[in-house]
Amino acid sequence: MTSLEPNPATGIGNTPADIDSVGQSVVASLKDIRKTYYMGALAVEVLHGISLDFYEGEYVSIMGPSGCGKSTLMNILGCLDKPTEGTYYLGGEDTSEMDDDELSTIRGARLGFIFQSYNLIQQLNVLENIEMPLFYQGYSEQDCHEIAMGLVERVGLDDRIDHKPFELSGGQQQRVAIARALAVDPLIILADEPTGNLDTKSGAEILDLFDELNQQGKTLIMITHSDELAERSPRWVRMLDGKVESDDRRNS
Amino acid sequence: MTDAILEPTVQPRRRPDRSKVRVGNRLVRFKKITQVGIKSIYSHGLRSLLTVLGIVIGVAAVIAMLAVSEGASFEAQQQFRDLGANNILLKSVKPAEVEESSNRGFGPPQAIVYGLTLADVETIRNSIPGISNVIASRIVKKNVWHLGRSMNTDVVGTAVDYPTSRNYNLRSGRFFSETEMRDHANVVVLSDEVANALFPIDNPLGLSIKIDSDYYNVIGIMESEGFSNLGQNQAGSSNAAPSRIYIPFTSSKSRFGETTTRQTAGGMERETVQLHEAIIQVDNQESVIEVGEIIEQILARRHKDIDYAIEIPLALLRQAEESALRDQIVAGAIAGISLLVGGIGIMNIMLASVTERTREIGIRRALGAKKRDIITQFLIEAVILSAVGGVIGVVLGIAIPFVISAFWGMTTIVTPVAPLLAFSISALIGVVFGIYPSMRAADMDPVEALRHE
Repeated sequence: MTSLEPNPATGIGNTPADIDSVGQSVVASLKDIRKTYYMGALAVEVLHGISLDFYEGEYVSIMGPSGCGKSTLMNILGCLDKPTEGTYYLGGEDTSEMDDDELSTIRGARLGFIFQSYNLIQQLNVLENIEMPLFYQGYSEQDCHEIAMGLVERVGLDDRIDHKPFELSGGQQQRVAIARALAVDPLIILADEPTGNLDTKSGAEILDLFDELNQQGKTLIMITHSDELAERSPRWVRMLDGKVESDDRRNS
Repeated sequence: MTDAILEPTVQPRRRPDRSKVRVGNRLVRFKKITQVGIKSIYSHGLRSLLTVLGIVIGVAAVIAMLAVSEGASFEAQQQFRDLGANNILLKSVKPAEVEESSNRGFGPPQAIVYGLTLADVETIRNSIPGISNVIASRIVKKNVWHLGRSMNTDVVGTAVDYPTSRNYNLRSGRFFSETEMRDHANVVVLSDEVANALFPIDNPLGLSIKIDSDYYNVIGIMESEGFSNLGQNQAGSSNAAPSRIYIPFTSSKSRFGETTTRQTAGGMERETVQLHEAIIQVDNQESVIEVGEIIEQILARRHKDIDYAIEIPLALLRQAEESALRDQIVAGAIAGISLLVGGIGIMNIMLASVTERTREIGIRRALGAKKRDIITQFLIEAVILSAVGGVIGVVLGIAIPFVISAFWGMTTIVTPVAPLLAFSISALIGVVFGIYPSMRAADMDPVEALRHE
């Protein structure tokens, strides 16, 4: 999906610099990202200078063996963690200079998270779980309800709105998590091993849902350790030892 | 199901103007956070109950203890107030040395002379300004008869304004008059106890009783004295009965004389006492204690032995008030400690709750919750816990004194300040002991929190 229309809400496309040669606008841009963890006196650099651009409407898989730094990259992309060095632009905003409150706001407003272990709040029912990010963004009660109702229908769980997460199957819980990730209409949906805890059939359903979301123009970044899953997506980034090893696109 | 998903449902883009939304919906956020708090309290029913219990006990203890000590101090003060806050009581006391000397030697026993005299009273009345009245009394122990019934009682020869000076009221009839006083009349006013003992059926008014060989006409009956005879036992003869009857001072003097004879284990004992008791009324309550000191000096100069006692109800009242205050402070401190323990209980539970919900905190942070959203959430939970405990505690704390009063007959007074104070302290405890766990929750690293099992 290409859009040259300036979008005042996202800040994308407002300046020519945001638009690359292909004509797509950049939603997230990593420039020479390094991340070092300190364990006492020992400093361990996990990411050794990662530069990647993600475009609006893209479906990207990031893959690599465990320990390659993809989870750390995911945390940085999700604004849950800050890089030690380098800059990360999200929707035209430089996140490196943001304080905790601003990072919280940008997480809530611009990103949607989908986790391997669903991470739904057990005390809340399906609808309330989906409403939660909206609530933190300050939507009115009525808006929260309307949006959540629309989403719960969209992921096919409209007969389960009163159920608590533990009353649902894994596949159903992950659908709730997807609905929750879509609630604020984020710039990017970040999925961390979304099918890791699911059986093949439920996993395939979730991936179908991802394809569908991508076709509707959503930007998706999925972390996986499986080549098979990664190659389903139009673009896949392979990581090894804290570096980008390859960045391939399927010609369509 | 997949078909339904594949159907493209276009989501309207709904991005509210943030600057407006944040302020406008603060109330909604607060309501939501409160709902979440209540939910999580509910979902840990037993644990929450035990936490609340600490506060309930603390608050109830504060209110109940204050009510009991307030009641006790009120009762004590009432007793002294009954003696008259403007009064100074003087009493004749048999000195110890005189008692010994009287037992020495043979022959008919000598009459012991001791105690207050009319001259003492006159001196006091004349030399100290601000004394409005002096009511002197003689107290003689006698057997009192009506038909076949008899009773050993104190016969008090006193002045006409005795009842008003001591806040006693007549139940029926009247006290004797100035005329009867002048005439040394044989009239008597009975105490409630004596009236009941001698006249179990009849109304004694208009009937007569016999003391020694004389008949006295009953003209009035006093109200039950209750606590008011405090300190009177040492007056007059030993082991005085609380029951008293009253005759004019002049009658007592002329019928019984100043010397009384008593049968004791060792033989006869004679004593001469002019006055057994005197009530000195002072105009101004502020000078009562001062006047008391002057009287003490005067009596010390006039008497060789300490054969008198001075009792100042106001001074005793002050003492009672002081000790009541001390009791209240002690009671308050003990109850305060239990509130503190309740607060520590809340902190303990909140800390456990924060640890247990680390993952939830991580999820909320990932979905856009700021640190202060997390602080608010946990703080509201702590305040709800302590406020619920506070309300139950206030209800219990008001109910307990009623039960104590009903079953043990103790006076309890719940002042409006006590529940208010206890409740505000409990709410404050919720905030104070909730802050640290809430900060801990908010300061968690979102990445770590999400990884927490």
